[in-house]
Amino acid sequence: MSKDLFDKFQAVIDQYSRLPADAADPFAVRMDEVLSQTEAVIDGQKTILAGTNNYMGMTFDADAIEAARQALTDFGTGTTGSRVLNGTYSGHQELEDALRDFYGTKHAMVFSTGYQANLGILSTVVGRGDYVIIDADSHASIYDACAMGTADILRFRHNDAADLDKRLGRLPEEAGKLVVVEGIYSMLGDRAPLKEIVAVTKKHGAAIAVDEAHSMGFCGDKGRGLAEQLGVEDQVDFIIGTFSKSVGTVGGFCVSNHPKFEVLRLVCRPYMFTASLPPSVVASAKVAIGKLRHGSNLKDALWDNATKLHAGLKAAGFRLGTKSAESPIAAIILDDTEQVTRFWSALLRAGVYVNMALPPATPQGLFLLRCSVCASHTPEQIERILTLFEEVAKKLGVALSETLPSDADAKTKETQPKSDAAAATA
Amino acid sequence: MTEKELDLSHESIRERIYVLVTSYNKKSITLHPETTFSGDLELDSLTVMDMVAMIEDEFDIVLPLNLLPDLETIQQVADAVEKIIGEK
Ligand SMILES: Cc1ncc(COP(=O)(O)O)c(C=O)c1O
Repeated sequence: MSKDLFDKFQAVIDQYSRLPADAADPFAVRMDEVLSQTEAVIDGQKTILAGTNNYMGMTFDADAIEAARQALTDFGTGTTGSRVLNGTYSGHQELEDALRDFYGTKHAMVFSTGYQANLGILSTVVGRGDYVIIDADSHASIYDACAMGTADILRFRHNDAADLDKRLGRLPEEAGKLVVVEGIYSMLGDRAPLKEIVAVTKKHGAAIAVDEAHSMGFCGDKGRGLAEQLGVEDQVDFIIGTFSKSVGTVGGFCVSNHPKFEVLRLVCRPYMFTASLPPSVVASAKVAIGKLRHGSNLKDALWDNATKLHAGLKAAGFRLGTKSAESPIAAIILDDTEQVTRFWSALLRAGVYVNMALPPATPQGLFLLRCSVCASHTPEQIERILTLFEEVAKKLGVALSETLPSDADAKTKETQPKSDAAAATA
Repeated sequence: MTEKELDLSHESIRERIYVLVTSYNKKSITLHPETTFSGDLELDSLTVMDMVAMIEDEFDIVLPLNLLPDLETIQQVADAVEKIIGEK
């Protein structure tokens, strides 16, 4: 008899079964009603959502909903075809126009998810004999793209431009090279030193792709992301993004000024061999992108919330992923799986839903509660989140520091030898 | 550079790789050429990638991650490093 194909997953099954039995099951949370961008009903209880990627609150934008409703009526529920086979409607092209407009680029290509945008672009633009050099903390979709492609894969120490410089310096001068980084890293909420990374990349004549999944909408005057904010957009060859965060729906994209960019529509398999986005999604994405462009009020509200949450958690003595609010994400660093699960579960029972993140999906093997804010969170909601964090910490006896600033954050860990332990973050 | 760093003989390469691997030998098992990273040393894939970065820096070489599926043992890594150095 051949062996059970599922034997290889036994370690995962064992890890899952070791989660404390009296805590809620993180994989079984169900939202029965979604009341707004920031509230849902879970287990019959009104719960504050504090772990979503709905940074700009676009999921309930009235105009985006209306546009989606209209598209649904006019074009139906789905395209039943890929972008290259009866799956391109006028809406898809209008959405690409909207992206070109938003980013001020010559080209834009819409994919069915951000995961597929990374998979498609990064596995296609580099090929045999080329090199793709990625940040160690890259998202799973970036790692998977590399695995799917045929280029030689290198990895540099997270956010370390000098390490990147050293690794680029070892490569043959004439070889094609693509450096891949993210604007903001989703697990710890830290930012890339993009100026330094771009400078090093260009020094070696390499191309660079920046995944702005967690920085679109609220970084930069026009909301294009970290490359815009740091003034290096003109040197970034490919910006990759998603509609599943600040845009509030689903889908992915890549924008570029490369003169031959359009050929990708003929060679990029994750673009060609999957159904295109439904017309309603496309319509709401287009409206939401328009709003991000003029979203300074939302941006201010978001940063206000991010700063308050981060400062509040820090003042309470929690150990956080960054020293200050570099993003709308606050990563609370705890000791182990059991503590994270109990903390997460207690917060949920008290009416706040955050995300727990465990190794190997986290950088440096950290045990995290990932908390993120939305522009639509009210000051009262932020207060409530902070109060509950403190209450739960007290109840569970979680050690809080007397705000010793130097070791109240993850940076101290980064100097340890294993510091660039990477994350194919989920 | 010290004399040792310039020594790229077969024996020296092996010896230096053993030294590097030792820092990942948390259970202090006896290392031999057939010791495997994931099985014997119980290293996860991210740790193996960190180790590769250290090896690259030690020998100033490029060891692409796509070679990893074929590098399960210390012996295989040593052979790969030697081959890369030979091609430089
Ligand atoms: C950095 C990064 N890139 C890409 C993605 C994938 O986006 P999508 O949800 O659109 O597939 C994510 C989201 O998880 C992400 O965090």
